[in-house]
Parts: sequence; structure tokens; C-alpha cells
Amino acid sequence: MAAGDFQVQLISPAEFAKEKLLALQEYALLVGQSLANLFRRPLYVTDMIQQADLIGVGSLPIVILTGGFTGAVLALNSASTLSRFGSLTLIAQLVSVGMVTELGPVITGLMVAGRNASGMASELGSMTVTEQIDAMRALGTDPTKKLVTPRVVATVIMLFFLTIISDLLGLVGGNMVSTLLLGLDSRQYWTSAWQSLVWRDVTTGLIKPVLFGFVISTVGCYFGMSTRGGTQGVGRSTTQAVVVASVLILVVDFFVTKLLIALLGYR
Amino acid sequence: MPAPTLPLETPAADARQPSAEAIRFEDVSLAFDDKQVLDRISFRLAHGETKALFGVAGSGKSTILKLALGLMKPDSGRIYVLGQEVTQMSEKDLFTLRGRIGMVFQESALFDSFTVRENVAFRLIEDGNIPEDEIERRVREALSFVELEHTVDMFPSELSGGMRRRVAIARAIITQPEVILYDSPTGGLDPVTSTTIVELIVKQRDVYKTSSLLVTHRLQDAFIMATHYFDRKANKMLPLASGARCEVPITFLILREGKVIFDGDLEELAKSKDEYIREYIS
Repeated sequence: MAAGDFQVQLISPAEFAKEKLLALQEYALLVGQSLANLFRRPLYVTDMIQQADLIGVGSLPIVILTGGFTGAVLALNSASTLSRFGSLTLIAQLVSVGMVTELGPVITGLMVAGRNASGMASELGSMTVTEQIDAMRALGTDPTKKLVTPRVVATVIMLFFLTIISDLLGLVGGNMVSTLLLGLDSRQYWTSAWQSLVWRDVTTGLIKPVLFGFVISTVGCYFGMSTRGGTQGVGRSTTQAVVVASVLILVVDFFVTKLLIALLGYR
Repeated sequence: MPAPTLPLETPAADARQPSAEAIRFEDVSLAFDDKQVLDRISFRLAHGETKALFGVAGSGKSTILKLALGLMKPDSGRIYVLGQEVTQMSEKDLFTLRGRIGMVFQESALFDSFTVRENVAFRLIEDGNIPEDEIERRVREALSFVELEHTVDMFPSELSGGMRRRVAIARAIITQPEVILYDSPTGGLDPVTSTTIVELIVKQRDVYKTSSLLVTHRLQDAFIMATHYFDRKANKMLPLASGARCEVPITFLILREGKVIFDGDLEELAKSKDEYIREYIS
């Protein structure tokens, strides 16, 4: 083979299926261990708080920006359609329900997945390829207890609060567009936004970030801990973590929405 | 370079029950995909002995260390460490056994986000029951053993390769383990720094009577260990008289294509008539 030749390795469908099933098994084991560790000592509370700071406080700027602009663009886009039917005043309800039930959790989840799933995968991946994970095991510490469980707990808790902040900033963004560009009354906007929300909207909107946080952290940690192949492998793991976490958020969103509608009924 | 002042006097072996052998491999085999890395490997490491493992790259030397520590499981065979069969132990039980084993990884494997103090004290901090001042005292002792007390608040990225290797040794010895596993401790280092590392290993062998498995690519490191001893009065490594060389507890194990082709002492190695071995040591 000459220098510069590029070889593509093909694997059989059976091998491909085996690989994916093994990956699924390993992921399921990691998920199980990360949850079981919550009932075993030690708990590494300091690490949880540290991760909560990195994940939660660190993600605040992007969540504020994406939440605000999502609400603003939602108001802007819906304005032209609603005004055709003389229903411009419904903007507040549309932004409120849209942000709280769907856009807030999903957009926040995707932003945090991009920022933190990649961070977890690259950090744990670097530790794996430099034998730091093996060193931790050799020194008598369970890496899933020390590294994975704190990240899972921190992400679930922080994403819950980040989503609330995102929802609020979305409403603020919608309000700014409504009042400054569309000439609507601010007090009327906030009254409509508040009155249009029912408990099932809030329940739906707050269950989703818990599940999304779990997906983001477990996927990020899984790809990090299963990194192979040096720095190239770390890059691959980081990309895969973001892609898989993002896609899974959308898939989980669909099924959770369907389930909650079945359980709680339509609005 | 003179070795640092000896901080401790008690050999590790005295503190625990003696066992006949530190490590025993019985017909251990392991394959990765289609490649047979280890093929029915058997050897034993006696208590207080140092065994140097040699072989070409990919011959399974580092794999043997990871198997001994239970970081990997073999496809077949049994492995006994300090009298316990690690092949049958759960990860939870292995954590307890690993408290009696120290390991120095190939690239040090220091935790990047921790200072030298936190790295060396890691096992003690994780224990949770050791007072802070006791941890500090033992960290200082371990770092003075490797002559790196001044680096206590530095991060691994601020250290040279040789310094990182010495910190890794300090981390491995802080709990006075009965067995130490060294994975290419002088790999990638210049000759002067390598000799410093070898001196520390010889000191650990002769003062604390620690059993050790040493993976190395450098024959001269093993030959230095076989022909030198650590003098506690002079506090440095000195050459042995030729007649005393047989008293040094060091043996050599050579691997080729997954099999053990030599297991003996320096004299037997020098007398070996095997062509591959003669070419390897020439």
C-alpha cells in the first residue's frame, strides 16, 4: 500500500449487529451501576457539587441566550400567522405553552448535550487512554462511583433548574418581541402567558429535563469510558457523545410526550 | 545522584503474614480478537523477589501486570496474588486486595486535575478514616523517598517526565505495599534519569523487601539491579562484589510469541544457549 492510500474496512452485518448489541449492553451496565452507586458508600458529594457548578453554572450563559432568542423567534414567527386570523393577542399563550412544554426542555437539553456530553466524553476519554481510569481502579477506587455517578446526579439536578431559567427567558424574549415589535401590551402578555399554563403543562415540562439530564450524562460518560485509540479515539468519542445524546433527546422527547399525553390527557 | 534520606525502617513484609509466594500464574492464556497474546503462561514470583519481564513490543508484558492486578481477566488459567485467586474475585473484593499492591504505570497515569499531594495521597484520602495531619506526614515521607518534596503543590503538567515517574512511584509506595508492579518505569527517559528510577527500585527492593514485577525494554536496567544493592549506611546504590551477585533476589522472564522461553537468574541467562535469547541480550 503506497503512502496516502486510503483503505475502507467493511464489516459484515452480523459483526455490526454484534458490536451495537455489545455497546448497548455496556451502556445498560453503566446506567445500572451509576444508579446503584446512589445507595452505596462513599457518595462523593463534593464531586457532585463541583460537577453541578461546572455543568449548571457553566451552562447558564448559553441557556440564557438560547432561551431568550428561542422565545423571541417563536413570537416573531407566529405573529404573521396569528395576525391573519386577528389573533395576535394569542402570542403569549403560544410562547408560554410552547416554551414550557417543549422548546424549553428540548433546546436546553440540546445545548447542554453539546456543551457537557462532549466535555464528559473528552475528559473521561483522555483519562481512559492515559490509563488514569486503570490507575484509579488500581488504587482501590471505583471509577463509576467517583466519576460517573456525580456527573449523572449533577446533570439531572442542574438541567431541571436550567430548563426553568430557559422557560422564563423564553417568555421574556417573547415579551420583548411582542411589546417592542408588535405593539402588544406587556401586562396583557404576562397575564395571558400565566393563565394559559395548566399543571399538566408544567409537569410535562419538568419531567423531560430529568430524563434528558440522565441521557446526556450517561451517554457522555459511556463514550468517555469506552474510548480506545489515543487522541483520535478521544475526538471520535466526543463527537459520538454529542450526536447520540442529541438524537436520543429527540427520541425520548417523542416517547415521553406520547406517554404523558396518554397518562394526563390532551390540554 | 545521592539517594534521599531513608524515612522508614520497617520492611513491608514484616507487617503482614508471610506467604510462600507473592504471585503465581498457572497456564494463563489471553487472546485479543484473533491474536493470542499469552499462551499458557506459568511462572511464580517468590516473596521478596524481583522478576524482570522482557519481550518485544506486543508480547504481553504489560498485560501480565494488568492480569495480576485484576484489571483484566484471562481467557483461561489461574492467577494467585498474595495467596488469593484474583481470577475468581469480584471487582469489589479486588479493591481490598489492591490495597496491598502498588502499580507504577507506563506513562505514570497521574491524575491531571490533582496536585502532586492529592495524587500521592489519593489512596489515603479515599480511605476516609485517616486524619489530615497523618496524610500530610505520609505524603511528605513518600515524596522525600523520591526526592520531590518541593513539588507537593504542583500539577503533573508542570513536571518533567522523570519527575512524573518518581511521583508515580511515591503514589505506589505510600501504603507500603507487599507487591509493586512496574510497567516500563524508565521508558522514554534519558539514561541519567533512568538510573535515578532504577536506584529507587533497588532501594525499595533491598530496604523494604518488596516483591516486584518489572516490565522493561532496557536490559541495562535489569543488569544494574542484578549487580547492585542499596547500601543503607551510605544511603546510595553501590555495585556488588562479583561473588555476592547470586544473593540478589532478581530473576528474568523472557516472553516470545505469547510463551515463556526463559525464567531464571542472571547466571542462567548468561549461560543460555538459545539463539533468540543470545541475540536478545547481545
